[in-house]
Amino acid sequence: MEHYHMNLNLKVWRQKNSNTKGDFKTYQVKNISSEMSFLEMFDVLNEQLITEGEEPVAFDHDCREGICGMCSMYINGKPHGPWQANTTCQLHMRAFKDGDTIVVEPWRANAFPVIKDLTVNRSAFDRIIQAGGYISVNTGNAVDGNALPINKDNADNSFAAAMCIGCGACVAACKNSSAMLFLSAKVSHLALLPQGEPERKSRVMNMVAQMDKEGFGACTNTGACEATCPKEISLTNIARLNSEYLGASLSADK
Amino acid sequence: MLNAKIPSGPLENKWADYKGHCKLVNPANKRKLEVIVVGTGLAGASAAASLGELGYKVKAFCFQDSPRRAHSIAAQGGINAAKNYQNDGDSVFRLFYDTIKGGDYRAREANVHRLAEVSTNIIDQCVAQGVPFAREYGGLLSNRSFGGTQVQRTFYAAGQTGQQLLIGAYQALERQVALGNVTMYSRHEMLEVVTIDGKARGIIARDLVNGKLERHFGHAVLLCSGGYGNVFYLSTNAMGSNVTAAWKAHKKGAAFANPCFTQIHPTCIPVSGDHQSKLTLMSESLRNDGRIWVPKKQNDTRKATDIPEEERDYYLERRYPAFGNLVPRDVASRAAKERCDAGYGVGSSKQAVYLDYADAILRYGKIEAGKQGRSNVSEEEIIAMGKEVVKAKYGNLFDMYEKITGENPYEVPMRIYPAVHYTMGGLWVDYELQTTVPGLYALGEANFSDHGANRLGASALMQGLADGYFVIPYTLGNNLADEIYSKAIETTHPAFEEAEKAVSDRINHLMNIKGKQTVESFHKRLGKIMWDKCGMARNKEGLEQAIREIQALKKEFWSDVRIPGEVNEMNTELDKANRVADFIELGELMCVDALTRDESCGGHFREEFQTPEGEALRDDAGHMYVSAWELKGEHQWELHKEPLNYEVIKPTQRNYK
Repeated sequence: MEHYHMNLNLKVWRQKNSNTKGDFKTYQVKNISSEMSFLEMFDVLNEQLITEGEEPVAFDHDCREGICGMCSMYINGKPHGPWQANTTCQLHMRAFKDGDTIVVEPWRANAFPVIKDLTVNRSAFDRIIQAGGYISVNTGNAVDGNALPINKDNADNSFAAAMCIGCGACVAACKNSSAMLFLSAKVSHLALLPQGEPERKSRVMNMVAQMDKEGFGACTNTGACEATCPKEISLTNIARLNSEYLGASLSADK
Repeated sequence: MLNAKIPSGPLENKWADYKGHCKLVNPANKRKLEVIVVGTGLAGASAAASLGELGYKVKAFCFQDSPRRAHSIAAQGGINAAKNYQNDGDSVFRLFYDTIKGGDYRAREANVHRLAEVSTNIIDQCVAQGVPFAREYGGLLSNRSFGGTQVQRTFYAAGQTGQQLLIGAYQALERQVALGNVTMYSRHEMLEVVTIDGKARGIIARDLVNGKLERHFGHAVLLCSGGYGNVFYLSTNAMGSNVTAAWKAHKKGAAFANPCFTQIHPTCIPVSGDHQSKLTLMSESLRNDGRIWVPKKQNDTRKATDIPEEERDYYLERRYPAFGNLVPRDVASRAAKERCDAGYGVGSSKQAVYLDYADAILRYGKIEAGKQGRSNVSEEEIIAMGKEVVKAKYGNLFDMYEKITGENPYEVPMRIYPAVHYTMGGLWVDYELQTTVPGLYALGEANFSDHGANRLGASALMQGLADGYFVIPYTLGNNLADEIYSKAIETTHPAFEEAEKAVSDRINHLMNIKGKQTVESFHKRLGKIMWDKCGMARNKEGLEQAIREIQALKKEFWSDVRIPGEVNEMNTELDKANRVADFIELGELMCVDALTRDESCGGHFREEFQTPEGEALRDDAGHMYVSAWELKGEHQWELHKEPLNYEVIKPTQRNYK
């Protein structure tokens, strides 16, 4: 693979804190290697800003291997940037060419208020999990792991839903700022397993109620969430969530 | 100073006896007892959830925006348990034995046996929580093999086992938050331990959003803050992983054990340039099916696929025929370094070896053809079928490799090189996981206890969850039973005031340096010193030089670091500066420790101590002890030795040939 270097124009959202209005600032970075990750390019920008006596851009990041779900940049109009099934930290600079202008914004959603620059508050997701995204089993209550055989298809589908990293790209991509893909992934993960059966109805009712309370929008099935999801969580999960919700709503015992 | 409090009696009865006789706290009293948990990875989340379930009042802290993001999430390969579901001869004793041997006879027998005992409970608990482990078609749990063992005892969820286990623990934790038993403080960093009358009684934490310092009381404080691999700057750890919580404890009197025992993982994606901010691990499970090789010719510049079979050196299979590509991590890492240093490395940097899946793809393709009862199958079809099987097993890892390098590992062998991954050293703890400061505990990677000088693959997840789910609920109760008359102490107590002032003074000092160099540049320089002189191979001269360089670096840091921004707001540079300042001090202690350990064992390889074949030369007569360091003043430590008594296992030279 050929490596190359590039100069770039960056338009980056700067916002001092949640009480202050933000705006775009333009920066130039030079001699960026195509082998760098997108966040390493931001490291270069920040080192440059500090040296020039400016404040670096605040952005969330941690594992830098696409699994912790912390990084959250809206790049050229797409959450996590141009690559499919990818997180910001795994986006590499070979996706860009010399002279490009790159626009970088935070996630935009009422339920994710900006804390500073590109950092947003996603604690609403934690509260949705608190509403029922678990199986109520205290430590020590378990039977032998193989006492409960689980159909492999269900186990695999449950795993595919459980791969959600909770980054919030689905919300950022959705014109309604809906959290349905996130919520449906958790409901599916647990509803597909026999362990999740006892709390199946109350779980979906409570989690949906919490989602609404947090101010996330409604789902209109445009599928932008699925298209942007770094873990390719499928829209099938939303269909399952709807059926779980309908079933629970119609059921006499919740 | 060191009393490991290992229960008497036969090894296999120690933990059962301990549980049978330890003190209990009744439910009404548990509600009055407050526990602080710092860190929400596998150890912290499982501990906070389990203690919340028991009824203790728990406060949990993490620096990330959500407890679900702790770096345990990045563990790929799996978790060991002595279930013997495969009927291949596994047992609690075997897991215990493999762990002690893998750790090169520098771990405590009693702790490791307990770990092996509770390993089976962990799997059961996680299944009950809904952790979607890989399953066979019959619906039962699947296993894979891992380095350093000859049985299949590793449970896994594709290449995302850590993520799934952490989500399980996180959900259990959030359930306790919803029930009001745990209060969660995310985007908070612990910056001081508060001690009153010699006991840990709370912490000072900084709210990373508004910069405010907060005081929190606890009858006990649990540090579950992970390892310190980022002292090397480049490692497989997350960017935020740090030693700060453990180091503050060390400065308040907690002994730091075996700091030089660091694990260099053999299969990581090689460094590509000066811009590199972190390294990415390719799971050790890839060594199950992949074959590691370098060209037989030095400085061979041909493409991997142009090098014929007979001109390839499968050096692990050649040197270690019994274990082959599945030798333990320390052995595999050193072997890769040896080949590269001798001029056989590949890729543009020549600091890499090949991990090749061509054979595995063919083998799986043939099995697939056989399953379908087809005999006249073309090689292309076999390869296509084989790729599908490999994709199902390792697809996410192959994708990750391709994203980072831009190369397709289904077509060309992956290039890999060792990288810092895990730290076996950590805060010294006794059998109850209590540090040398009463009331202060360390769990998971933050303590030193179970992996000796080298950790086996798939054992970190096991230890983190063992400590949190199954050990601390008993051992903490045993100690808190004596605290039921201790009322919660107001945080207006002078000890809290002093601790907060010390933290505040230090932060103001850092901010007022207003120097010229960035925090990052200091961290990079520290990392280079550590990697060059206290990395995969160490020697006396290099370590002595490293100590001098680190001392000079510390002076320079405290006189020339530049931290922009304000104290009372989100300030990521200040967060980093606090951490790097602690890493610099830790780096010195690691070199001091490496210098006094005149032997090679596990991850610690001293060039002066090796066999004629280049294998590690252990010195059991002189060094069969845990080094526990007590801080005495700036650049001054006192060494305390905890002798290791092997009652059941007879230490021998590790042999993987």
